[in-house]
Amino acid sequence: MLTLKVNGKTHKVDASKETPLLWVLRDQLGFTGVKYGCGIGECGTCTVLIDGKAERSCTITADSVQGQEIVTIEGLPADHPVKQAWISEQVPQCGYCQPGMILQAVDVLTSQPGASKGDMAQAMDDVICRCGTHPRVLSAMELAAGKMKGSGGAS
Amino acid sequence: MKKQITRRGFLKGAGLVLAMTATPAGVQLLNVSQSLAADQDFRPHAFIEIAPDDTFTVWVGQTELGQGTHTGIAMILADEVGADWDRVQVKMAPAGKAFLDPLYKMQFTGGSTSIRHRWDLFRQVGAAAREMLIQAAAQKWGVKPSECRAENGKVTGKGGKSLSFGQLAAKAATLPVPNKPRPKPARDYTIIGTKRDRLDIPGKVAGSTVFGYDFKLPGMLLATLARPPAYGAKPKSFNADAAKAVKGVVAVIPLGDKVAVCATDTWAAMAGREALDIKWSPGTLPELDNANLDKWYQDYLAKPGVVAHKTGDAPAALGKAAKKLKAAYKFPYLAHATLEPMNCTALVEKDRCRIWAPTQGQTPAQMAGAKVTKLPMDKIEVMTLYAGGGFGRRVEFDVVVEAVLLSKITKRPVKVVWAREDDFKNDFYRPGAACSVEGGLDAKGNLVSWVHKIATPSIMSRLMPQAVKKGVDHTSVEGVDNMDYVLPNRLVEFMMVKLPIPVGFWRSVGNSFNPFVVECFLDELAAAAGKDPLEFRLNLLKKGSRARDTLEFLAQKANWGSPVPAGRGRGLAVRSCFGSSAGHVAEVSVDPKSGTVKVHKLVCVIDCGIAVFPDAVKTQMQGGAIMALSAAFKERVEFAGGGVQTANYDDYPLLSMAEVPEIEVHIAKSRHKVGGVGELPIPTVAPAVANAIFDACGVRLRELPFDTGKLKKG
Repeated sequence: MLTLKVNGKTHKVDASKETPLLWVLRDQLGFTGVKYGCGIGECGTCTVLIDGKAERSCTITADSVQGQEIVTIEGLPADHPVKQAWISEQVPQCGYCQPGMILQAVDVLTSQPGASKGDMAQAMDDVICRCGTHPRVLSAMELAAGKMKGSGGAS
Repeated sequence: MKKQITRRGFLKGAGLVLAMTATPAGVQLLNVSQSLAADQDFRPHAFIEIAPDDTFTVWVGQTELGQGTHTGIAMILADEVGADWDRVQVKMAPAGKAFLDPLYKMQFTGGSTSIRHRWDLFRQVGAAAREMLIQAAAQKWGVKPSECRAENGKVTGKGGKSLSFGQLAAKAATLPVPNKPRPKPARDYTIIGTKRDRLDIPGKVAGSTVFGYDFKLPGMLLATLARPPAYGAKPKSFNADAAKAVKGVVAVIPLGDKVAVCATDTWAAMAGREALDIKWSPGTLPELDNANLDKWYQDYLAKPGVVAHKTGDAPAALGKAAKKLKAAYKFPYLAHATLEPMNCTALVEKDRCRIWAPTQGQTPAQMAGAKVTKLPMDKIEVMTLYAGGGFGRRVEFDVVVEAVLLSKITKRPVKVVWAREDDFKNDFYRPGAACSVEGGLDAKGNLVSWVHKIATPSIMSRLMPQAVKKGVDHTSVEGVDNMDYVLPNRLVEFMMVKLPIPVGFWRSVGNSFNPFVVECFLDELAAAAGKDPLEFRLNLLKKGSRARDTLEFLAQKANWGSPVPAGRGRGLAVRSCFGSSAGHVAEVSVDPKSGTVKVHKLVCVIDCGIAVFPDAVKTQMQGGAIMALSAAFKERVEFAGGGVQTANYDDYPLLSMAEVPEIEVHIAKSRHKVGGVGELPIPTVAPAVANAIFDACGVRLRELPFDTGKLKKG
């Protein structure tokens, strides 16, 4: 039995120690906002926040993050400046990579509050999107950065 | 399990429901409100449903792949009826005859047809609903319909009379459908052509959208399949016991040249497949690798081809030309690389088969289901889920066959999921191609001859053999056989490459490579003639043609002819296809030490007729340009040992965030017909960049992806 803290709630899960966090979140806990894209940590669609840091849930075991705070896209509040900026900039196309994009953006904007657009592009450079939402990801991040600055940082 | 979504179940209440149905005489508009209210077994599928609570539901048969078509379709219907946009919702309908493409008689989402082929149809449905609502109000008030107006979800009349659509729906539902509904004139549009938020975006941001991979049924098995690593390979041995020993694995099922592992969860199905430890036979073409593939293509190109187009006598004109040019071009196989890997859920029962899939091809999925189950087509129910990208890949039904077969065998609901490696290694690739082209100029620098040969595999030979006419697959030569330029002498030959590598539709199909040759070689000829690339092209385009209008619009928006910033080069390209025209101007610089190309700016223009949903047109142009840049600079499927070597994104990098240039999009105010959008951004990006590279450093790159090493100086 593993004990995971996801989106503020504690869950007991029957999974082997080597099971990637991704599949525990998706199949056992039903957080299907966390997406499978590559299984090797290359694309970023499975990104979740672990103690506030963006991590790729396909390459870490569920066992290794017991006791830590895990946040999936479902757990990021609807009024979070990044989610709101994503809607006002109309970022998603197919939408499949977007939960990972959003959570990585949250990490970037929280840890680098003064980031320039160029810094943001570098910090988001390892997330894959096939539809080509890149320009809007960056404009939404700029918008969110302004709001987060105004409110004294992200939660 | 009880019916979850049935043909009738998705239509409820006592509102107005207008539907389309296909009859031998054509598509017919029906008022199905009363039949539905009486819960009769009724087959047509609704387009519009107006409920007493004023909810305005648009049922669509087109797949939402990220292109925004669900919102675009709703915008047309809502505008035509006069709906209140805040009350509009879109629902994906189960597959049905009402949603067949009016031209191709199949239900699919591809070829930029969703709105292009249904513009008149949607407006007629909307106009009929509007006229019925107005008629209902006029009857209630005892006035003439001409004294009433429908707007913002209400019908209004003289003296401040007003009733909402919801209030009128029950009455309207009793009226006959008008014979010849009259769509609004364009000047009255209040939703079409305006800025709207996409209806699917809130769910995608919340993380609540159910994609195919996320779909679940009670008691469902998760299945992965081990697939041959080389074309024609077969499993020689495998360890079923080892797979079954993995916790959660329920069954190991050999399926022809594949072996399926069914489990209670995804990870167990994947781990079980690993444990199979399959030994494979070598395959039927073990010598297939990158080097041999290249050689085979050159061999094909050297053979005489089939004539795909002939105007005048190009070889004779070439013989008499004052100046001759010759060049050869090469293109790789490309993967679709949709972020959501292939998947499909199926449940086969005695007298019906249900399929839930993020498919672009509802009719092909139905046909596949019918073939596997031997049930008639109308017993195959296809429920379309949100797709994590498509780009042509999801028109295929390979994964549908797998899911239906496994459900039939296990007698349980089965979701087949592909791993990323399955996806890269078992794609229906954008065909590779090798082309040669010769051009002749007269003494004044006029283009007098064009001789073009294309060696590439045929997509249609597999999907629709009847579409291959006299040995020519039009998708293989499109862009050259039907080029926009009017030339006095032009010969196009096609050599069909035959290899076991399956090929399929990839965003813009043949237009993803053929216009590269045309637009780059035109630039070479312009340079040889000492003419400006724009001027040279304009001389070859008919006045008033869409391509010419678009090229002129492009030149204006990109300030063609203005001084290029020092150290940079500028290039352009234009192409009409899928009922629209688009073009690009690229501005690049080349680092002479490393050969690295920096794309500084891309100006995109499109003429798609009326831009129904301009923001979606903009994002398609932007996103498509990024996909095209990615293909131009990075993408190539690698082959080795008789199969595909490329396995995951680390072998197949895509253009990344920091590499994306400034992209400017301009939509033409057009007098032309409503055209396609999704395919249009692709064809002209790579040639515009290649022409800009030449302008910057004088080197012609004639192979994709670009080998920028060739641009190093010294």
